[in-house]
Amino acid sequence: MTDKSYGSKRLVVGAHYGMRDWLAQRVTAVLMALFTLVLVAQLLFGPKLGYERWSAIFSAQWMKVLAFVAIVSLLYHAWVGMRDVWMDYVKPVGIKLALQVFTLAWLVGCTGWTVQVLWRL
Amino acid sequence: MAETTQVQKRPVFRNIHITQIVGYRLPPAGIVSILHRVSGVLMFLLLPFLIWLFDVSLTSEITYERFTSTFVAGLGFLPGWFMKLVALSLIWAFLHHSIAGARHLWMDMTHSVSKQQGHLSAVITLAASVVLTLALAFKLFF
Repeated sequence: MTDKSYGSKRLVVGAHYGMRDWLAQRVTAVLMALFTLVLVAQLLFGPKLGYERWSAIFSAQWMKVLAFVAIVSLLYHAWVGMRDVWMDYVKPVGIKLALQVFTLAWLVGCTGWTVQVLWRL
Repeated sequence: MAETTQVQKRPVFRNIHITQIVGYRLPPAGIVSILHRVSGVLMFLLLPFLIWLFDVSLTSEITYERFTSTFVAGLGFLPGWFMKLVALSLIWAFLHHSIAGARHLWMDMTHSVSKQQGHLSAVITLAASVVLTLALAFKLFF
């Protein structure tokens, strides 16, 4: 296999892009699982949960960073997953493209909203 | 070649139509797989609701009340018990998706995939997600 990424013999298809998404879906899943475990651990130990303690958890700078990593991971993870679903079940190209555009807009919008909530805290 | 005419006709599925799904008899691994998709799509569609909950729970003490009252007084014309059911469906989706995902990672890492192991881990996945969902349902409603 040649490493050339330009010219007439440029690789435009192949297993590599599927491999990238496959790996990304797993890496992002582990990151989200890590965030979940850290959050659950903080919720389980401590006094009774109310606004004070709930907002304090997400006010910590390291938690803001971890939550940001989790929501960006979700963006990529859900994109790969929803794209798989549309590719498997929707055949007409136009509808498939429309659904993929909707998915991207939906996910980017949701990510933006979450970042807004996190970073004004 | 008298035997060949005796062979029972088996169903053939090509260009599967949605109405054929009810006639399927899926093995546990197949049920885990399709529920992995269903739970993923459910969480994708309800993501704005989750972020709205996250928003009102964190913005201020007053909006935090809005968060807790969603599951008591309800949201709009939807009663509180219904919102609890929505939350429970998300809890199940999260648990099933996570455990089924962990099963995938385990299979990817160990490469020890046999028919028996796949069957057993699928049954464990289904049982664990349902038991944990029921436990959290008890905490949510009582």
